[in-house]
Amino acid sequence: MSNLHSSNADTFAKMSDNADSPTETQKEEPPTQQPPNEDSGTADEKKKIDVLLKAVGDAPIMKTKKWSVERGRTVQSLSQFISRFLKLEPSEQLFIYVNQSFAPSPDQEVGILFECFSSDGKLVLHYCKSQAWG
Amino acid sequence: MADDKDVLRDVWFGRIPTCFMLYQDEVTEREAEPFYLLLPRVSYLTLVTDKVKKHFLKVMKQEDVEEMWFEYEGTPLKWHYPIGVLFDLHASNTALPWSVTVHFKSFPERDLLHCPSNSVIEAHFMSGIKEADALKHKGQVINDMQKKDHKQLWMGLQNDKFDQFWAMNRKLMEYPTEEGGFRYIPFRIYQAMSERPFIQKLFRPVSPEGQPYTLGDLLKEMCPSALPQDDEPKRYQVVIHGIEPMLETPVQWLSEHLSHPDNFLHISIIPVPSD
Repeated sequence: MSNLHSSNADTFAKMSDNADSPTETQKEEPPTQQPPNEDSGTADEKKKIDVLLKAVGDAPIMKTKKWSVERGRTVQSLSQFISRFLKLEPSEQLFIYVNQSFAPSPDQEVGILFECFSSDGKLVLHYCKSQAWG
Repeated sequence: MADDKDVLRDVWFGRIPTCFMLYQDEVTEREAEPFYLLLPRVSYLTLVTDKVKKHFLKVMKQEDVEEMWFEYEGTPLKWHYPIGVLFDLHASNTALPWSVTVHFKSFPERDLLHCPSNSVIEAHFMSGIKEADALKHKGQVINDMQKKDHKQLWMGLQNDKFDQFWAMNRKLMEYPTEEGGFRYIPFRIYQAMSERPFIQKLFRPVSPEGQPYTLGDLLKEMCPSALPQDDEPKRYQVVIHGIEPMLETPVQWLSEHLSHPDNFLHISIIPVPSD
């Protein structure tokens, strides 16, 4: 999985070149909060979607990249989850991008993004600590 | 027949007469007079209300002032929806001027996004355009533009400059003739009676057989309950920019002419007034 991350890193246009060496340990930190649940594939398939989280720039990578997320969850709550998961300081911002181009509104539901921008049955979201794409 | 281009101008210069009143529980040193303003339908509340803020700050104590926010009959107004959408959704069929309550306290964190500066509005607006172009052209048109072109779109909106905006926006409205339209139509359907934010899915402007899809086709697929049922009185109005377009109107035409500056077609579904 982390290979996938590294190879993709080269294609990001505006990011700094340190993405290959994440500053944070890759050791997995099981989420203390339940949602989004780690991909289980059991409970209520219809209500959940697969989200693939990819780090950009100096954002620490998450060893578990694929998550099963409720459709009604907002971008903001997903962002808060990632921030807690990565143990970011409250002062550190987190930006989430779709299609490596736009930052969805914090109150946007991930289910809608999935409907419009998923490929191969999953929604790829990039996250970073500074604005990566305009 | 009028040129279709005239429609763009009519949409852009749509205005809503609005009366801003300070919330009764706000503490003031003097009585706060209401403030009247013509709001551009295609703009954003926090972008065009500097004068409102200034007006009410004159009668308030500095220490009583927090972030300004707006409410209509108990509903906090989302600044990141276009003004016209807020009006159509919450206040259609009511008497003008639109009566909006102004608050400087108790910001409703659960309902509204903060808007500390115009750069937040700009980021939101540009993100909307990029999302729309991702649907229309896989993002190729907006990505081919330069930073200054993006700025031109934003400045056009911010300064209410129709020509400046459209000189650039027309590029976002182009498509290959042989395809008969965009890849997908960027639309959002809001329902006055629903807690859900809005409906947004993939929808092509033209059928595989080359037949243009209509507003009726779109609603039939996305929100069938909004359409009149046989033998039943009409229950809902389908409103864009304050009017009810014919359901036979092709969605491609609507997308090109009745989209907001963020390049989304914002459609409001509201109950038919009972009286």
